[in-house]
Amino acid sequence: MSVDVQLRFDSEAITQYSKANQEPAWFLEKRLAGLKAAGELALPALEKTKIDKWNTVDFDPFQTTAKVAAANELSDLVKAQIDVDSVKNLLVQKNASTVFQAVSDELKAQGVIFTTFADALQTHGDLVQKYLLNVIALDEHKLTALHTAVVNGGVFLYVPKNVEVDVPLQAVYEIAGDNALLAPHVLIVAETNSKVTYVDTYVSGEGKSMVANSLVEVYVGAGASVQVASVRSLSVDVHDYSFRRATVERDGKMEWILGEMNDGNTVANNTTILKGTASIAETKSISVGTGSQRQNLTSQVQHIGTHTESDMVSKAVMTDEAVSILNGITKIEKGAEKANGVQAENILMLSDKSRGDANPILLIDEDDVKAGHAASVGRFSEESIFYLMSRGISRQGAERLIILGFLEPVVAEIPVEEVKNRLRQALERKLG
Amino acid sequence: MTAVPHLQIKNLRAKIEDKEILKGLNLEIKGGEVHAIMGPNGTGKSTLASTLMGHPKYEVTDGEVLINDEDLLEMAVDERARAGLFLAMQYPSEISGVTNSDFLRSAINARRGEGNEISLMKFIREMDKKMNTLEMDESFSHRYLNEGFSGGEKKRNEILQMMLLEPAICILDEIDSGLDIDALKIVAAGVNEMRSADRGFLIITHYQRLLNYVKPDFVHVMMQGRIVKSGGPELAERLEAEGYDWIKEELGIEDETVNANV
Repeated sequence: MSVDVQLRFDSEAITQYSKANQEPAWFLEKRLAGLKAAGELALPALEKTKIDKWNTVDFDPFQTTAKVAAANELSDLVKAQIDVDSVKNLLVQKNASTVFQAVSDELKAQGVIFTTFADALQTHGDLVQKYLLNVIALDEHKLTALHTAVVNGGVFLYVPKNVEVDVPLQAVYEIAGDNALLAPHVLIVAETNSKVTYVDTYVSGEGKSMVANSLVEVYVGAGASVQVASVRSLSVDVHDYSFRRATVERDGKMEWILGEMNDGNTVANNTTILKGTASIAETKSISVGTGSQRQNLTSQVQHIGTHTESDMVSKAVMTDEAVSILNGITKIEKGAEKANGVQAENILMLSDKSRGDANPILLIDEDDVKAGHAASVGRFSEESIFYLMSRGISRQGAERLIILGFLEPVVAEIPVEEVKNRLRQALERKLG
Repeated sequence: MTAVPHLQIKNLRAKIEDKEILKGLNLEIKGGEVHAIMGPNGTGKSTLASTLMGHPKYEVTDGEVLINDEDLLEMAVDERARAGLFLAMQYPSEISGVTNSDFLRSAINARRGEGNEISLMKFIREMDKKMNTLEMDESFSHRYLNEGFSGGEKKRNEILQMMLLEPAICILDEIDSGLDIDALKIVAAGVNEMRSADRGFLIITHYQRLLNYVKPDFVHVMMQGRIVKSGGPELAERLEAEGYDWIKEELGIEDETVNANV
């Protein structure tokens, strides 16, 4: 590990930031425990990807930005992502500051808490403490520890029992400036029979050597249904580490929709733990590798309860000299009778120098289950290109149709129209 | 584009890998004309269609093809299409994730050029109309291009594309294969609707059957990679009744396929 790097922050800076934000004492303790653990723990072990040379610690964690008074004063970067006039529930974070926050009265009247992580620590400390770092442990590896030490924003979303939120709740995270850090912690608690959709977008402005280190923890109560959609469009100057995990109780359903559209190096792990009987996990993920970026993208489901069901689909398009490792892990524990887990990874290769690895992994400790996987790595079919060109479409246009068509079965499934469009926009940008 | 489309094929030779398949083929098609090429299997009929469209598998080794006096062989596949050539394929590709209507609109707009795109409303109207003619279900427009289509559905879809793209020279490569009689009549009606003085047709077929519904002006017989006999519609009828042996006898051909050493 990188012991040689002189950190740009220390326990004093962390304490100061914590005090300035009036964080409860227990959370400062977590931060300091995180800092200590970060110095002791190793980086996560990743399939076929070495990240020890990547930037994980070299950042100024607490760069601040002034709040804006109204949504229309948000940066163009943010406004390009969302229709600020129509979105009623929105949190916008830039580096270590919340720059905008709007929550509708309807949402408040339903008893839903949708607020910044910092605010939640102050105003709903006990509730946060009950769930925080339960799904993901502080000391899993260096990156989770580091995240805890320097977490500089995020969202707390709490949906009470039997409450259904019918509009997507949105957050935009922006990072900009040399050595900036974006380290949001997203904590979602959906109580019994509740329903909610959370959508976030990651964007970046100018800056060198930036780091994003985010954790998402989701608690899906019995019979609850949670959708989390994330579209990440961070620049080549950002190294992005994200660990997202959900735990699902009886009859609950967790659905992930992920657009990994970063231009820079990316590690993403997305895990659903199906604890309760008949709980369900669905993961749809698309990624595009361009330039010389390296990506390690893992989708994982752990079946513990009986009659649990999971379905993971990952599609990747690879071009230039990009390298992507796509891991799909279906783990069925002993006792998870009648579990059914399927997964598919498909990679479309557009260049000779890019590399895409699909690694479907089934780990099954129970006999009475169904599980399946399908993986493919392929190139353009010249026959298809010929067919499209024979109708007058240019080669470039034909390739584009085939690429978008390859991703479309996943994109089309996205339940929130706005996210669908945002993802298509990100695709246009990346493949343009 | 000149008022009357004109395709001239002069002494065309083409090979796949090291095997020569077209061995000096001559043919001229003008607007208003329907030409049929008939012949047994393995005589180079489909190769002619693919070579004219510019399939990368085939290499032209000699000869010349002009479309409206422009060098067709110099053009990329998409340029050939935009110059007015259309090939209804025997085995159309299946393209996952691209809906039929998105594809058709892309193709029409590629033809019309930037700044002159067809309006969505007009496109839908046109497409609905043509689909109606071909008795295609509405759902076709939303289905992924040829994916999971039956053989007959694919053929109808080829004709739909032809009707919407309004090409100057249409090549139909065994459009009748795998069609039942009802589907054949529908496809033929689509072709007949397109017949006009500003459009020429080259219909490649094994059987006389299609030619009962689309009356050709000229019938050519292909053997050994070239046209060995030409005539009017009566030639097709004689072929249907008597087969190809009499031609082979007449011309002293033993092996009619392109494998023959000639």
